[in-house]
Amino acid sequence: MRSKVVIGRLFRNRQARYGSIALILLVALAYIGPFLGSYDWTDKDFLAFLSPPSADHWWGTTTIGQDMYAVTLRGMQKSIIIGLLVALISTGLAAVVGAFAGYFGGWVDKFLMWGVDLLLVLPSFLIIAIISPRLRGATWLWFVVLLAAFAWMITSRVVRSMTLSLREREYVLAAVYMGIPRWKIIFRHIVPNLSSLLIIDATLNVSAAVIGEAALSFFGFGIQPPDVSLGTLIAEGSRNATGYPWLFAFPAGLLVLLVLSINLIGDGLRDALDPGSNS
Amino acid sequence: MGKYLLRRLAINVVLVAIAASLAYLLAATTMNPRAAYEGRQPPVAEHVIDATLDAYNLNDKTPVLERYATWVSGVVTGDFGKTWNGGSVNDEMGRRIWVSLRLLLIGTVLGFVIGVALGALSAIRQYRFTDRFVGVSSFAIMAIPVFLMATLLAIATYNVNRGLGFTLIEYTGEYNPRLSGWDQLLNRVNHLILPTISLTLGSVAFYSRIQRNMMLDVLGQDFVRTAMAKGLRRRTALTKHALRTALIPSATYFAFAFGTMFTGAIFTEKIFAWHGMGAWLVDSIHQNDVNSVAAVTFFTAICVLTAAFLSDVLVAALDPRVRVS
Amino acid sequence: MSILQVRDLTVTFPGDIQAVRGVSYEVSRGEVLGIVGESGSGKSVTSLAIMGLLPRDAVVSGSVKLHDRELIGVDEDELVKVRGKSISMIFQDPLSAFTPVYTIGDQIAEAVRIHQKMAKDKAAKRAVELLDLVGIPHPDVRAKSFPHEFSGGMRQRAMIAMAIANDPDLLICDEPTTALDVTIQAQVLEVLKTAQRETGAGIVMITHDLGVIAGMADRVLVMYAGRPVEQGPVDELYYRPRMPYTMGLLASIPRIDGEEGPLVPIEGNPPSPAALPPGCPFAPRCPMRIDSCDEEEPPLTPIGGGRHVACIRSREIEHKGLTGADVFPVPVIPPSDVVRVPREQRPTVLELDGLVRHYPLMKGAVFKRRVGTVHAVDGISFDIAEGETLALVGESGCGKTTTLQQIMRLEPPQGGRVVVLGKDSAHLDRAARKSLRGDLQIVFQDPMAALDPRMPVGDIIAEPLRAHGHKDVAARVAELLSLVGLAPEHAERYPQRFSGGQRQRIGIARALALDPKLLVLDEPVSALDVSIQAGVINLLEKLKNTLGLSYLFVAHDLAVVRHLADRVAVMYLGKIAEIGAVANVYDRPAHPYTQALLSAIPLPDPEMERTRKRILLEGDLPSPADPPSGCRFRTRCPKFARLSEAERRRCVDEEPSVVRLASAADHGAACHYAEEIEVITASGDQEEK
Repeated sequence: MRSKVVIGRLFRNRQARYGSIALILLVALAYIGPFLGSYDWTDKDFLAFLSPPSADHWWGTTTIGQDMYAVTLRGMQKSIIIGLLVALISTGLAAVVGAFAGYFGGWVDKFLMWGVDLLLVLPSFLIIAIISPRLRGATWLWFVVLLAAFAWMITSRVVRSMTLSLREREYVLAAVYMGIPRWKIIFRHIVPNLSSLLIIDATLNVSAAVIGEAALSFFGFGIQPPDVSLGTLIAEGSRNATGYPWLFAFPAGLLVLLVLSINLIGDGLRDALDPGSNS
Repeated sequence: MGKYLLRRLAINVVLVAIAASLAYLLAATTMNPRAAYEGRQPPVAEHVIDATLDAYNLNDKTPVLERYATWVSGVVTGDFGKTWNGGSVNDEMGRRIWVSLRLLLIGTVLGFVIGVALGALSAIRQYRFTDRFVGVSSFAIMAIPVFLMATLLAIATYNVNRGLGFTLIEYTGEYNPRLSGWDQLLNRVNHLILPTISLTLGSVAFYSRIQRNMMLDVLGQDFVRTAMAKGLRRRTALTKHALRTALIPSATYFAFAFGTMFTGAIFTEKIFAWHGMGAWLVDSIHQNDVNSVAAVTFFTAICVLTAAFLSDVLVAALDPRVRVS
Repeated sequence: MSILQVRDLTVTFPGDIQAVRGVSYEVSRGEVLGIVGESGSGKSVTSLAIMGLLPRDAVVSGSVKLHDRELIGVDEDELVKVRGKSISMIFQDPLSAFTPVYTIGDQIAEAVRIHQKMAKDKAAKRAVELLDLVGIPHPDVRAKSFPHEFSGGMRQRAMIAMAIANDPDLLICDEPTTALDVTIQAQVLEVLKTAQRETGAGIVMITHDLGVIAGMADRVLVMYAGRPVEQGPVDELYYRPRMPYTMGLLASIPRIDGEEGPLVPIEGNPPSPAALPPGCPFAPRCPMRIDSCDEEEPPLTPIGGGRHVACIRSREIEHKGLTGADVFPVPVIPPSDVVRVPREQRPTVLELDGLVRHYPLMKGAVFKRRVGTVHAVDGISFDIAEGETLALVGESGCGKTTTLQQIMRLEPPQGGRVVVLGKDSAHLDRAARKSLRGDLQIVFQDPMAALDPRMPVGDIIAEPLRAHGHKDVAARVAELLSLVGLAPEHAERYPQRFSGGQRQRIGIARALALDPKLLVLDEPVSALDVSIQAGVINLLEKLKNTLGLSYLFVAHDLAVVRHLADRVAVMYLGKIAEIGAVANVYDRPAHPYTQALLSAIPLPDPEMERTRKRILLEGDLPSPADPPSGCRFRTRCPKFARLSEAERRRCVDEEPSVVRLASAADHGAACHYAEEIEVITASGDQEEK
């Protein structure tokens, strides 16, 4: 019942509507688009190096004759997958750590929050940058784990402080006085009542992860060749952006559109899930 | 109070020590400083390489814990060791901190001031044109990652300069060392324009969103109504009572940003070729520069913790509800 | 001559929500007009409309004239001259009504300087004078305090000081004492009377508390669903109401001087302002409804003697001399079987023996540190026999909620003993504790917060059943829902779909799920409107009698306690001040604190209120972190003030314990100089301070 209300509110919200439509189109482009093009992303056209967009190569070709259209969509697929997985893992971790720290308090709280502080103090960019090139050859999922490992701390602090107030709520006390075990209370009464926060946070984490991946890949610290992501493509393209703008414009434009549409949905969700807040 | 500060200091010292040690051990075990000497033409004899690396405490033939012990004994006396090619990490850091500071100071302050002003204005004009314009713009800006923004600005300037036939706006480096006096100062300002725009735009977007939300929260509260019931005009009630109260969260973000300013801006520095702390981080990784990596981590940890403390102090100063006495 | 004239004021919010639908009234100099109504009746919106303080999307029409000057539709330049100068407003919650980042003194000085050309230092001095006038001790020091450093009562005083800073002609008080404890309420009302004497202003007093209005108002306006339904001089309206809603309201409130017998509830809920019924908006709840009531909304018509009524049957009511108890169906509550057995022969369900709960006092949100120990509960003892209701009363900060939590936790207390159904909480293993929880359940104060908003009602009620491994949960849920007066099909809905009273019934159903022997009721009706309150009180009484329950009832409303409880324990600063059978404690209170508490409660009876002798307490509750030595009440005790130096020493040095009074079997007080007196109906010309 509630989810229906929320979805109704979400689609009455103009920016969320535009965001959803844009996101659906972008995802469709990334996953259906490759079937429409005539080249595979691994194909190399030795007759066309660095050729501008044309009827044959819709978005032009790269220095080694790859079809930009196919390569860019492949990169976008990777970016989307990474964004989703990172958001899922980091928000889940944030919810569990924050709720346990907030609900149990005492030593559990001290220990977990100390871990959060340590991770916040470590320069995440540096750690990921050192580790990820050594993962070359290993699966890119390790990269997802690395990104997620440094993306959950702030949210878990928010979750913790909200749990502290939820813990004193009467319905939680009622459950305690019924004799329900504490871990069950956390998953039955605390986490569901944080769902607005978590859904919003997960959405915004998707775009943060997409940007984070692109930023690391920009310096060669992220996705490793021969695999591509929007970040590696932008890095490649920006070196020759003036002479061969199609190498830069397509991945950059898609990245901005992707992030923008997710942010719009996230903001719309905030309005829909949390009518009290004005954000 | 004193006891509290001491405890907090102790916790922070431990955090910094752990963070830096982790970074050192990670860098020392995974990085290969030898690579910089091995590929040389003419080839360098292995015992010479070993001797050089030993002198810099970078030799991978030495057990990592031994190198770590050497590094720690240096750090506790304030010596962060040698860079990959034998320079002093301390000197390098001393130079780069100020480069970053010169780059970031104006952008950080401007971003906060403009962002807060626009955010407050948006909230007061909620749902009207100003609000929508500021909102849409900040959304668009926030969707453009800083490395993209900087690249775009650099490309645009390159084209403008080429079109004009002379360099109107500089887009690389900090200053032209051949100029002196006023000319050099002007040249420095010119070099600042692009990076400052790219930094400011992002933080304006960020602060305007925060300030708008905070302001809207406060606008609905009773004390703004009380202020108007006293006979204050809406505008006065909004600035004197609402904005002053709604400023607290943005100010704490600002305090944090101000504290971490010294760690530099990785992308802006790299793209506009400033040799600050942010660029150092990237360069030291590329150069397998173990001691620099550890030093950057050490310094960043201190900055983050100081910034967190700074923002706590600022909250206490701005908000009587959390003051000690 | 009237200061303020309101004519046909209407306020419409976006979405065609008609919050106020045609309000007219006048206020003269020195007159107090009381506006009564339940939440959502439009009483607060009316006053905000007068001040021009509604949000911009509200559409206001009609006329508001201040000294014959129209206020509706004028621009801000005109309005700011009036606001805070001719009309001042006192808001309900004084914590959120002060800007948190400025000192109280600065905010009052600001109010002065807006309307008077005055130097900053002079305005600051004036602020101190005003704080002195409203009875803030050490006003020069306290002016430099921030709002959060003031207690609720002090904040409301400061609010009054700010409101009278520019000598207004009209004071609008919006629920000025709702957030306050009774003894503080009595102080603040006294300050308001002083303020009125000082300024000669007219007062519009908005409240839901019929007792407060009875003592303050000259005339009363009753609002329902955005419209006045009855208006008249206070005595006429209270003693001879002519509109069934007013009659119902007056009949539904429990009184501290009250006779026994069930309360008369008004069935149903007020209509939503977005979906008003055709005709009289009260018709769906009215026992006197006839078909023509639904045809059109009756206008507010004068019936002589300055009275106006909006009811087509008001003549008939007047002729027959009907009252609320005649018109509204009086519920029948079956008597209890258990009480036929004398108390001494009944088993004890709960026993507290010297219970202690202290916790560290932390200060500062950023720089947190321990600054002391809060003596929340400091050795209290009482017991509850089967089938009995013991009420624990006291003002906020007295430790009643902490006591209750200590009982509910079923863990070894810091000091003393908690024995539930013969089992000492200090010697319980996990399994025993869990099974004991089935016999001990709780109903919370806030029906909104007590139910998980993400669970359908059926799951909420089933939760304890499932936790204790019961079978056939669905049937039991349906049974419980009908037991508390709800329909079984309500199980599928979410709590948000229910009104406050219904939610409280759901909370009760959940508490009853495991067939408990002892129910702890934590302020179960204080969040409800009066007309809803009566229904829940009756339900609790019925359940107790039919199911043989025992109640520990925690409340601050002594009138409700008198109605529901068999015995009462009065708490002050973590100690029991007085305990005994309700009739003994209420009619012959022996502890000076109980006496003050009882005398502070306003009665919904204008004549009695006018002549009642009131015992006013000085100052605020001392901090439980630093209780006074000896008798904790001595710092505010009116009796202590009258004692001789030698007698006082005993109060300072020796902590009194509860001693049984000679005159009654079940009555004890913790006072060295206990003396039973009658305070509720006591009248006298001079006030005792």
